[in-house]
Amino acid sequence: MSDAIISVRNLHKWYSGVHALKGVTLDFRRGEALGLVGDNGAGKSTLINILSGVHRADRGEIKVEGREVSIGTPRDAMDLGIETIYQYNSMVPTMSIARNLFIGREPTRFSVLGVGILDQKKMAEESIRAIANVDLHLRSPDALVGELSGGQRQGVAIARAMHFKSKVMILDEPTNHLSVKETNKVIGFVRGLKEQGVTGVFISHNMHHVFDCCDRVVAMARGEVVLDKRIGDTSIDEVHSVL
Amino acid sequence: MEPRLFDWRPMPLVILEISNYRSLSLKRLFKTYLEKPELAGLILLVLLVILFQVRSHGVFLNADNLRGILGILPEAGLVAIGVTILMISGEFDLSVGSVFALMPMTMAVLMVHGWPFPLALLAGLLVCAAIGFINGYVTIRFAIPSFITTLGMLFMARSLTVVVSGGFPPLLPADLPNWLFTSFVGPGNMFRMSFLWFAAVAVLTSLMLSRTNFGNWIKATGGFLPAAASMGIPTARVKIVCFMLCSVLSGFAGMLQVLRLGSPLPSIGEGLELQAVAAAVIGGASLTGGIGTVMGGIIGTTLIRVIDNGLVLSHVDANWFKFAIGFLTIFAVVANAWMRKRAKAIKMEG
Repeated sequence: MSDAIISVRNLHKWYSGVHALKGVTLDFRRGEALGLVGDNGAGKSTLINILSGVHRADRGEIKVEGREVSIGTPRDAMDLGIETIYQYNSMVPTMSIARNLFIGREPTRFSVLGVGILDQKKMAEESIRAIANVDLHLRSPDALVGELSGGQRQGVAIARAMHFKSKVMILDEPTNHLSVKETNKVIGFVRGLKEQGVTGVFISHNMHHVFDCCDRVVAMARGEVVLDKRIGDTSIDEVHSVL
Repeated sequence: MEPRLFDWRPMPLVILEISNYRSLSLKRLFKTYLEKPELAGLILLVLLVILFQVRSHGVFLNADNLRGILGILPEAGLVAIGVTILMISGEFDLSVGSVFALMPMTMAVLMVHGWPFPLALLAGLLVCAAIGFINGYVTIRFAIPSFITTLGMLFMARSLTVVVSGGFPPLLPADLPNWLFTSFVGPGNMFRMSFLWFAAVAVLTSLMLSRTNFGNWIKATGGFLPAAASMGIPTARVKIVCFMLCSVLSGFAGMLQVLRLGSPLPSIGEGLELQAVAAAVIGGASLTGGIGTVMGGIIGTTLIRVIDNGLVLSHVDANWFKFAIGFLTIFAVVANAWMRKRAKAIKMEG
């Protein structure tokens, strides 16, 4: 498994007595689009929360590019190149696109103890490029995120992850609450990740969306991986039958 | 890109857009409101100044009256700056009026015990910072509304003020550095030194909000907490710093008032917390966080001072003052809520 970008081995997690993850072992391969499916409470969110630094695993190991890592905060995950885009949207609607792109990673002209003067010129220039790179056509990086549609916002979130050279992009139900047209746009983004050599982890309730844009599907139930197959070797019916 | 209130493009283009003109102009209004939330307050302020100038037969804008307004504006203004920034970060402070009294009382008592002014000042500011820290820590650690934490602190800090004063306001020493805080300066002795402090704090905090990464974190934390947290912003620390800044500015403002009055009364600053919130809201800050500017808080404070002063000069019963402030506050929040609702509707259409 030399092409694994993230390897998870025997991961366990308990929530106040509930065994939410029961020894999950899984490889996320470089440049592949992986669909993660499962019912509510199957453990997908727990797994994702551990990889994105929201929770810590109680047991097991995580290797990123072959190196064992400890992911304690969202920032640790981001520094390792793991970016998570949540269904509730990780954008601040009252702020501009340019500001949103750099939240928490603002370029500064100089800083003292991590606080410094923003390099607004750089922010404007880079955000224009970042948005264009994901083929998103927006008037201006000064537009407020609150003015964008749901699909456009997911697009900006993806642009942000691309801009910061993330290697793995986890999309947690990114098509929830979106119209059909908007959903297609997001599915297009996920397909586009492959061309950029980025590993996409696409979490969805909608099997059709997963089969539309992923190379491989992993199904979870009751805290375990119950199916792990290439899209070509399985069918929506088979995945449904194991859930 | 500057938001435009009016469209000067040639007619044919405007006609072409007439079908979605309504939604376009509302979008623009919404954008203007988000980028310059203080604009409405500013327009109201200008209108009121003109009204009072006419009604008072030119007395309102004469040098003596302006000197009076500008002399006390820094005290309420500094408090409003702190409250506004805290509100942008998504929290609330009702204890500012009590901290306003506690800080100078602490200083006065220490000076009576022989502490020199600079050390007493430092100690007073540290007390404020500690109160701000407690407000923030308790609010976040126990996940309770800051409304409650700081309501409790309002009573506790006021009580402490009376306790440390021992029931009698201590006498201030004669050799205080009034030249640094309350003396009149500038052309025609128009300003007190306190105004310069106020202006400096206003400029610095404004720049902090708009030009530094920390300002970005404050807006993100108040704008949408889960997004800020998922992007790795230390939201708890950001909020606690805002609580501390708010308390320190309030205490400093209280000291300015005591130096101006010459005596540390334990009752000063009562009701100031609500005036400061009113000022922030009238200046366009959102009660739910994320939206607001330092300038807005200052405009709100100025508006309140102008109404207070203008009513008297216009021979209106001064008891209408609180009515006017109350009405303005409700009006501002209703307008605020309407904007948000419209904004949501526009997003759905989009």
